[in-house]
Amino acid sequence: MRNKIRRLEQIDRVDRDKPIKFYFNNRAYSAFEGDTLASALLANGVKLVSRSFKFHRPRGIFGSWYEEPNALVQTGLRSDSTPNQRATTVELFDGLRAKSVNVWPNLHFDILSINDKISSIFPAGFYYKTFMWPHFLWPIYEYLIRHSAGLGRVPEAPDQSSYEKQNIHCDILVIGGGVSGLAAALSAAKSGARTIIVDDRAELGGPKFDNKAHISGQSIKSFTSHVEHILNKNPDCEIFTRTSAFMHGDHNFIVLNQKVSDHIHPELRGNLPRERLLKVRAGQVIYATGALERSLVFENNDRPGTMLCSAVSEYINNFGICPGKRVVISGNNDTIYILARDLLNAGAEIVAISDARKRELAVTASEFNKDLPVYFEQAPIKTHGRQCVRAVTFGRVSSDGFISALDKNKKFECDLLCLSGGFDPNLSLFCQSGGDAVFNNESSLIYPNNSPKNVHLVGSSSGIFCLRDAYNNGLKVGIRASELEGFSCSLKAELEECSDNNLGYFQPVWGLSSVHKRPKDFVDLHNDVIGDDIRLAVQEGYQSIEHFKRYTTTGMGPDQGKTGNINAMVLLAKHLGKKVSEIGLTRYRAPWVPVTFGAFAGRDLGILSEPIRKTSLHYWHEENGAIFEDVGQWKRPRYYPQAGESIDDAVVRECHGVRNELGIFDASTLGKIEISGPDSGKFLNRIYTNKFDNLSIGSCRYGLMLKEDGMIMDDGVTSRLDEHNWFMTTTTSNSSLVFNWLDEWLQCEWPSLKVFITSVTGQWSNITIAGPNSRKLLAEVSDINTENSHFPHLTWQAVNLFNIECRVFRISFTGELSYEINVPSQYAQFIWNRLIDIGKKFSITPFGTETLHVLRAEKGYIAVGHDTDGTVTPNDLGLVKMLKSDGDYIGRRSLYRSDTSREGRLQFIGLLLDERVPEGAPIVEIKGDYSSRIKTGYVSSSYYSPTLDSPLALGFLQDGLSRLGDSVQVAIPVQGRNVDAKIVSPVFYDPSGERLNG
Amino acid sequence: MLLIPCPWCGLRAESEFSSGGEANISRPYVNNDLSDNDWADYLFYRKNPKGWHQEQWHHVKGCRRWFNVERHTVTHEIRKSWPMNSSSDSND
Repeated sequence: MRNKIRRLEQIDRVDRDKPIKFYFNNRAYSAFEGDTLASALLANGVKLVSRSFKFHRPRGIFGSWYEEPNALVQTGLRSDSTPNQRATTVELFDGLRAKSVNVWPNLHFDILSINDKISSIFPAGFYYKTFMWPHFLWPIYEYLIRHSAGLGRVPEAPDQSSYEKQNIHCDILVIGGGVSGLAAALSAAKSGARTIIVDDRAELGGPKFDNKAHISGQSIKSFTSHVEHILNKNPDCEIFTRTSAFMHGDHNFIVLNQKVSDHIHPELRGNLPRERLLKVRAGQVIYATGALERSLVFENNDRPGTMLCSAVSEYINNFGICPGKRVVISGNNDTIYILARDLLNAGAEIVAISDARKRELAVTASEFNKDLPVYFEQAPIKTHGRQCVRAVTFGRVSSDGFISALDKNKKFECDLLCLSGGFDPNLSLFCQSGGDAVFNNESSLIYPNNSPKNVHLVGSSSGIFCLRDAYNNGLKVGIRASELEGFSCSLKAELEECSDNNLGYFQPVWGLSSVHKRPKDFVDLHNDVIGDDIRLAVQEGYQSIEHFKRYTTTGMGPDQGKTGNINAMVLLAKHLGKKVSEIGLTRYRAPWVPVTFGAFAGRDLGILSEPIRKTSLHYWHEENGAIFEDVGQWKRPRYYPQAGESIDDAVVRECHGVRNELGIFDASTLGKIEISGPDSGKFLNRIYTNKFDNLSIGSCRYGLMLKEDGMIMDDGVTSRLDEHNWFMTTTTSNSSLVFNWLDEWLQCEWPSLKVFITSVTGQWSNITIAGPNSRKLLAEVSDINTENSHFPHLTWQAVNLFNIECRVFRISFTGELSYEINVPSQYAQFIWNRLIDIGKKFSITPFGTETLHVLRAEKGYIAVGHDTDGTVTPNDLGLVKMLKSDGDYIGRRSLYRSDTSREGRLQFIGLLLDERVPEGAPIVEIKGDYSSRIKTGYVSSSYYSPTLDSPLALGFLQDGLSRLGDSVQVAIPVQGRNVDAKIVSPVFYDPSGERLNG
Repeated sequence: MLLIPCPWCGLRAESEFSSGGEANISRPYVNNDLSDNDWADYLFYRKNPKGWHQEQWHHVKGCRRWFNVERHTVTHEIRKSWPMNSSSDSND
């Protein structure tokens, strides 16, 4: 069945001296260097290459480049495996392995091809209709859907290839290396403008539809190498091949994906990255993106052996492969005669040509051959065959473009059917840039409109299909673009002698005029959308093209409907009884072609995915067995397990250590901001809810910071260093947020305030010693008077420790007597070591953030971002005493809004219970008219308290502040049970503050 | 991605900036006469024009200055930018 095809002599692209071997579905084949997987499969006579998405119908190669809807393959093995590649764009290397996707157990015997026989149960939207009932069967449906849906497989191992990213700036970016693009780059680069030309193929020159085309007597191939030579010599010009532009962002920001070594065997790639993401900022962008060929819609238009005319031309002229022996050509423009000529030269037999146009409108074709069996005003109505096309039947095309059956049917036997439904400018990126693609109701063609500033179109993407016009248009636009960038070009755009083949008159062909029971006339080959699905969607009330697209999935496959969207739009208009221009096109979005995730990730993987911040004491923590937790970008020691200890054991030991003797804690991650200037006190008064300008030098004060909506944003202690200098601390995770916040108010709202802020988080390390023995330790290592009367709670002193000037703040987040020793970071490790050594006699215990959390929860201190979530006011926390009565501050007015002052708000409470409950668990109780329990609050912090030897929790409850003593329940839904809890004050430990003040 | 003209650093990529929304919103003087509606207008309500829009940007990963920009919300064209403490007319 698979007959190897003899290559034609005038091969353009493949190197016949370099035979290579590749594997498709585990079978070995031979090909030549320069082949794509698709051309190699065609050369080996492989017609069946894939199964369709929904019906699992046999499919063959349809196109020759990214427009390919059928031939999806997975290439490579294990970590090198890449799913859902188009066989038409995969460049072969020796040893390449590819297999079909979406088939089981194999391509030739695919179980799910049963879907084709029972396709009547899979109309548009069948998901929404079929799996709705009975409800209890959903788990089975889901299992079946998940196993039958999807295309390629996720690779079994992480991708080992490297990917790069690069930023590039240029004056002029030309996208597309066909004739018009080359001409544009030629004149742009000549002007001295920094010019970049990119093309997604392996070499410049564009697709080879017509190998007799010429410019100044040169073939396109020699014209291309001539221009390439000139561009290469120009230092202002750069050429990128194998590079797809897939996104046009604002202000001419274009993203390209360069396949650097994808065409080389993975073992031979050396240090080359696999792909490179190029982020280009261009002054002017010139699109030379060519045109896309429309398919034709008729019954069984998907059988293997059905191909686009442009694709067949490519395989003949570029790869020396004639994909059929007995050929039927069907089209509606002059290119079919060029193809007929090339097929005849390649030795094929032309069985029949259907030309949808009237005979008198088809005469412009210079290649028109009177001997050809041409049937005018006809187009295929159906194909025949099973695994591939065996014959075609024509029907009559009406002037409005619909096909109906002829009185006498005649079958034309063939093994290749070539289709051309006309050409549409490829405007995807142009539309992304802000331009429009408009359907002209008279000509039935798409054309560009509303070109944005600094974006240009040339050649067939601007609707110019004549080679000579395209060339001259390219030169002119290149000159204009360089002038817009301030360059002048000496090159004159003169008419070159070139071939002037054109598309000729265009007669639209849209689909079948009347349909009997759901024929398989595919509008979208990839997603198996047939003409009747469009009728059905309209019948079910869909009118907008965007809704229609999603309901029927038209154009939503990996090919994004490149060959079928226009037909779908026209058929939708027909069923809606509207003009096509009223329907419009769906919105074009990036990416124009699929891009691997690897290219987006680049090197930002693993340890490089985000910066890691370590404190100056990090390596001590590591050496002493700390288990770390991530807090933002910081690594913080969570606990220090000793041999055999679980986290709970360690936390109990550390808690007892702090409460009974002495703990030491690395609090260096706290945000630290120096605030200086004569207006600092005034400024802090506005930023914090409480008063600061009356704070005496040497004192510290806890402050609450609100957002303008009255919700808690951050808290921390701010100290007055001297008359004009203050030292603010913030929570670890909010440090940059708070710094930016202060900066914004100073710059935007109060520029007259004489205040200067500096972030000093990294400059100072914070070593906190806490516990009843902390005073003894401080007295031992310094010569200051540590008596309570000399160094009371909420004051600070400059202290010389081991000849290093430190600042010691008597602040407590644990509820114990506690000193936060701020040390210049370069000395932090030295001082920490000394404190650990000397502290041994006071039973010093290093403790981590987990213990800190337990200790602060016992004391009822909130952790911002843990207990609060941007919906909590100071009133909700019961912190009314923190709100100053005189003077405004940020958020003050919002505390008197109807919502913040209403009854029934969630308020901060403590819960005593018999077991530890999950954080986030709902608090439930019977309330009002409800007979069962409803949620009235939630748990925000929950720990086992070693000090109380009891579980405790903090949380928020409706009107909770007035409900101390009540009983509620905490629900654990995943276990289907509730836990009894008693509402208590959140301050479980030392409510009078004797310990921290003592 | 926009190219934003920072008055101090020139044209830089949008990824260096953070957007601060509508410009020229001044904080009302808060006293007992300030109604809920007036406060809500300051706190919540913003213009959402189709066309030219004056907005604030922060060159957060650059010089860290806040400044004003006039941007077209449809084409994203930016026709001027000026420092926080000057008027838009002085920079034409």
